[in-house]
Amino acid sequence: MPQIIEKKILAPRTNYFRLAAPLIAGHAQPGQFVVIRVEEGGERIPITIADIDTGEGSITLIIQEAGKTTERMGLLRTGDEIRDVLGPLGMPSEVGDFGTVALLGGGFGIAAIHLLAKALRKHKNYIISIIAARTKELLIMEDEMRRVSDELRVKSDDGSAGTKGLVIEPLDEMLKTGRHIDRVMAVGPIPMMRAVSELTRPYGVKTIVSLNPVMVDGTGMCGGCRVEIGGDTKFACVDGPEFDAHLVNFDEFIKRNQMYKEYEKLSAETCRLATAADALASAQVK
Amino acid sequence: MEVKDRLKIQRHKIPERDPVQRAECFEEVALGFDEKLAVGEAQRCLQCKKPVCMDGCPVAIDILKFIRQVTEGDFAGAARTIRATNSLPAICGRVCPQESQCEKTCVLAKKGLPVAVGALERFVSDYDQRYGLTDGMTPGLPTGKNIAVVGSGPAGLTAAGHLVLAGHGVTVFEAFHEPGGVLIYGIPEFRLPKIIVRQEVSKLANLGVEFALNTLVGRTISVDELLKDGYSAAFLAPGAGVPAFMDIPGENLCGVYSANEFLTRVNLMKAFRFPEHDTPVYCGKHVAVIGGGNTAMDAARTALRLGPEKVYIIYRRSELEMPARREEIHHAKEEGIQFMTLTAPIAYRPNPRGWVGEMECIRMELSEPDASGRRRPVPIEGSNVVIPVDTVVVAIGAKINNLLVHTTPGLQTDRRGNLIVDKATQMTTRPGIYAGGDIASGEATVIAAMGQGRAAAKAICEYVK
Repeated sequence: MPQIIEKKILAPRTNYFRLAAPLIAGHAQPGQFVVIRVEEGGERIPITIADIDTGEGSITLIIQEAGKTTERMGLLRTGDEIRDVLGPLGMPSEVGDFGTVALLGGGFGIAAIHLLAKALRKHKNYIISIIAARTKELLIMEDEMRRVSDELRVKSDDGSAGTKGLVIEPLDEMLKTGRHIDRVMAVGPIPMMRAVSELTRPYGVKTIVSLNPVMVDGTGMCGGCRVEIGGDTKFACVDGPEFDAHLVNFDEFIKRNQMYKEYEKLSAETCRLATAADALASAQVK
Repeated sequence: MEVKDRLKIQRHKIPERDPVQRAECFEEVALGFDEKLAVGEAQRCLQCKKPVCMDGCPVAIDILKFIRQVTEGDFAGAARTIRATNSLPAICGRVCPQESQCEKTCVLAKKGLPVAVGALERFVSDYDQRYGLTDGMTPGLPTGKNIAVVGSGPAGLTAAGHLVLAGHGVTVFEAFHEPGGVLIYGIPEFRLPKIIVRQEVSKLANLGVEFALNTLVGRTISVDELLKDGYSAAFLAPGAGVPAFMDIPGENLCGVYSANEFLTRVNLMKAFRFPEHDTPVYCGKHVAVIGGGNTAMDAARTALRLGPEKVYIIYRRSELEMPARREEIHHAKEEGIQFMTLTAPIAYRPNPRGWVGEMECIRMELSEPDASGRRRPVPIEGSNVVIPVDTVVVAIGAKINNLLVHTTPGLQTDRRGNLIVDKATQMTTRPGIYAGGDIASGEATVIAAMGQGRAAAKAICEYVK
């Protein structure tokens, strides 16, 4: 079971874990993901690999608490072990000499574009990074992003970090003013990736998004993660997770991603009640 | 006992849980023989000079001998006889299609009902497990060689069992968090209790087989790295590939599952115990399962136990052509599953919430036999019917997952994408790399995969000498 070398809280409900996983670290490439399961009876969920350290034999995961599994994960500390970690899974990002690349990261999606930026810097690319969060408190990895970007723009909903506005606004402006951009890559919440896709479509700028559908095995066996790409059904776990944004059927993707919303609420609620009951019981014992 | 006395004994029926009761629970359907029933059934065996039943067994169990041992009450001897060639007897006794193997070739089948070989195998194995009759089995003298087995389904476990008994070091690599492959994620609890699979796995572990879980060979580590890393040979048995869909409108609507996903959620992830277990499954009021194989029967009977009003099996040919075992079809019907044969879906349409709400089907008729020898279904124009459904499970088979082929240079595939292997040794187009199960033969049965695992293990023992 992979041990947590370091756990820290990057922002409220956003946790950083560096795991000792030499085999995964030795084989992982940017764009790939792992499937984790935190405890017996737990769900299997996909998490993007946020960093790879082959020297240390570690991978980094940045996980936002958004349901039972990610909340349980949030309770783990440095030195703890994660029950199951399978990976690296999926196809690596396409990396090459593209020219000018705009990387857009929303929320904890910034972690994924950070790793991508590091890989793109090894080639001849000019990297414009645009990162955003709702507030300054929620913004992660600003300094790290500055180090790997030729230009960095920061946006927040309330203006507490960078300038006020949406992550797509700087890109919109660049495209409107005729700035040449060869490729756009966006990782973040689905509405953000969709907005980026719609923005670049009329300009014909190749745009890549990283999709995060519901998965079970993560190896192509179950087909739960199927997405419609250019009219064909693809499995995000083995054909993706990165796809040409202009070919993604976002309506279908959003619908499928909400399939278990009610169940997830129930699961998280039951879990919180159980945790509260445990806390109460142990308080009474004391 | 004289032959004429043996011939007088009627075949003993395996006791089963009541259909009404079992449709509401995941407890095992077939209950198995007790000692008296087992001995009584074993006495029906004529102990033929030429035991043709054994020709029908893919793992060549000495059926004649073990049945004789049962008649003598030597259950421990019988257990050892079976285990000599079959490393997963409690599983085979439950899921083997005996009616098309040993029981098909049994001489009694010519005039009446064959000896219940499957039920006897199951009895002996369960008895063995209960009283630990074969616990004393030990691995062979260490050879100093290590063999990598990729996949822990029936082919992988069988190969591992034979290899460890031959004295090799064996590591089984499994992508999931639990070993067993299709025996764990696919075949439902009511047909094969998971405790049986765990017992077989722990027997192998006790013999010294190592299980490396959460390891996807081809991604976490490559086959060539394993071969460089101290493994003298590899046996590839990663199992089912990617699920096939029909490519018809609406197939990606919420509520439409592949059988693999539906069964994995329920069996491996225990969705029937949600929220106690975290993984959910959606099962509505009207469930349609598409397909006519064993997986379709498993999916339909699993769905039924989740409490819908109606479960349909939708199959494009007639019941006669269904690839599922007769016993499974019979069980499904007994439990109340409705069969709509000569019917094929052509589109799924959403309800107002955007989930699958109805399916349009077309009726079929059978024409000339096709390449598979089964009569080809052709649509009857204008025969469209619309059926309200809120859950659909597509159980029409799988396509090959190319991961191992792409990451292992030198492996060649046939037209259908299956690995090309030597029929006798299961060796692929690369010396030292063997393959078996679905990746080599396309989708087949548990026992066929086990037969290939056994053949490969034998060949590997020769290869590493």
